[in-house]
Amino acid sequence: MTLEVAFRHRLSAGFALDVAFEAPPGVTALFGRSGAGKSSVLRAVAGLLRPDEGRIAMAGAPVFDSAAGVDLPPHRRRFGLVFQEPRLFPHLSVLRNLRYGRRALGLPANPAREAEIVEMLGIGALLARRPAGLSGGEAARVAIGRALLAEPRLLMLDEPFAALDAARREEILPWLERLRDHAGLPILFVSHSLPEVARLAARIVLMGEGRVLRAGPAADLLADPEAAEFLGPREAGAVLQGRVGRTAPDGLTEVRLAGGTLHLPGVTAAAGAAIPVRIAASDVILALTPPVGLSALNMLECRVAGLHRGRGPGVMVRLECGGEALLARITARSAEAMGLREGLALTAIVKSVAIGPADLGG
Amino acid sequence: MTGAWLGPAEWQAVALSFKVALVAALVSLPFGLAAAYALARGRFPGRDLFSALVHLPLVLPPVVTGYLLLLAFGPEAPAGRALDALGLPLAFRWTGAVLAAAVMAFPLMVRAIRLSLEAVDARLEEAAGTLGAARARIFATVILPLIAPGLLAGWVLAFAKGLGEFGATITFVANIPGETRTIASAIHAFLQAPGGEGAALRLTLVSIALSLAALLASEWLARRVAARIRA
Repeated sequence: MTLEVAFRHRLSAGFALDVAFEAPPGVTALFGRSGAGKSSVLRAVAGLLRPDEGRIAMAGAPVFDSAAGVDLPPHRRRFGLVFQEPRLFPHLSVLRNLRYGRRALGLPANPAREAEIVEMLGIGALLARRPAGLSGGEAARVAIGRALLAEPRLLMLDEPFAALDAARREEILPWLERLRDHAGLPILFVSHSLPEVARLAARIVLMGEGRVLRAGPAADLLADPEAAEFLGPREAGAVLQGRVGRTAPDGLTEVRLAGGTLHLPGVTAAAGAAIPVRIAASDVILALTPPVGLSALNMLECRVAGLHRGRGPGVMVRLECGGEALLARITARSAEAMGLREGLALTAIVKSVAIGPADLGG
Repeated sequence: MTGAWLGPAEWQAVALSFKVALVAALVSLPFGLAAAYALARGRFPGRDLFSALVHLPLVLPPVVTGYLLLLAFGPEAPAGRALDALGLPLAFRWTGAVLAAAVMAFPLMVRAIRLSLEAVDARLEEAAGTLGAARARIFATVILPLIAPGLLAGWVLAFAKGLGEFGATITFVANIPGETRTIASAIHAFLQAPGGEGAALRLTLVSIALSLAALLASEWLARRVAARIRA
């Protein structure tokens, strides 16, 4: 059940899409600045935009193939698309919105599946309401449920958080994590927020100016100093796998990584749970010897794996900490003064409060 | 004053007008919807010409429209003869009055429906498509419910216009009591005859009351349907 996408399409005189990537089961994030063409890619995959040429196939069977003259209309593709706006039908109740796809496709009612999705998205109390009365977060969840109940072969989410404030995002993210872990279908997810991508995606397709700049497993891409330049040096940061330990009375929770233990606030996952922890490159300080008399609690023993000099005064340092990759962004002057070179052992220091709930998986 | 207020001939004209306007508005509704859809969504060569043709009865002298109908569907015209053979004679029949009323009201109906179609959020149709709905189903389950107020307003407007149609009707189907003498034709006939002013005035009042009631009803219904959709 892998989605294969390869097409070219001229959107306007000065802007053309030319993309090729694959999305295996699990979450693949299409990441890039606004205007990079991410939404247009989703529209082409859904059948709402007809590419000039190329091929789009699911599990080997083309839904679009310009060479073979194949172009299935959206309703025959069975690809769910959750748009930036919820696009709920205003004249139907939430329940009838949810059932719209099944009825259109002539699928038999499936009360068990319906109950499961309603429960997973927490929309049971809304079923009798009209969409006009819903909050942004509620409407977004109903839109996801509506797409899921149509039993799609692929689920696409076009910035489902775009219209939501930070609090609502926090409300939706756990639902998407459950979706990823329980729905068992390929999910293609468009975002321009790196913390969201790092938290949800197993693979990243990095887009810019209508092209795929990089594509690969999220952990590799996020820890790749060269990709960091495209991701935005201020945003870049590696994702490490942590295991939740005990929570101290002061509210800080131990999270054990391969290279050491972090003490973090705002951890909601239970003790023993494995969670991804994103550490922004600009939040990491490097020291040649383990420092003493420092307020920061979080120190990881690392080794320099590579240096990448980008534009500007910054250097992206790729570190290897107990087998996992970490990125640190420091100035070129510091790198020179410290004599950083490949293989050098040092201590990476992270301030606890630099890592917020958005950087932690649930 | 109820029964005695309007004479039998006057009642006959009111009832006939009602029947003609009702049937005309009902029969033209599917055509009005199709024309409005073509104008709102269609991209085809000759679209501007089609739009002009649809709106022509609005600006053409009604007597010209009536004469054109007579040329096309009169007893001597091929189309008229063909319909006659099929059991639907039009010339000098109430059915002809229906056709005249339908043609004259058509632009108003199309305009009301077209405006409501243009107000439908096309993004909802895309969403329905990705959920598995084919075009016909999207039309029936998304577009039609959302344009219901416009459809209703267009229908009532066409009905009200049909009630008052005169020029094309009298040219096409003349002024035959009991067959084609609608309220407007009856008022015209009463005014031609000595001592007919009283009857003409009474029918005038009926005409005003019916038209006003139809317009108010359309406003009220449209508001109710809109409220139901948005609630």
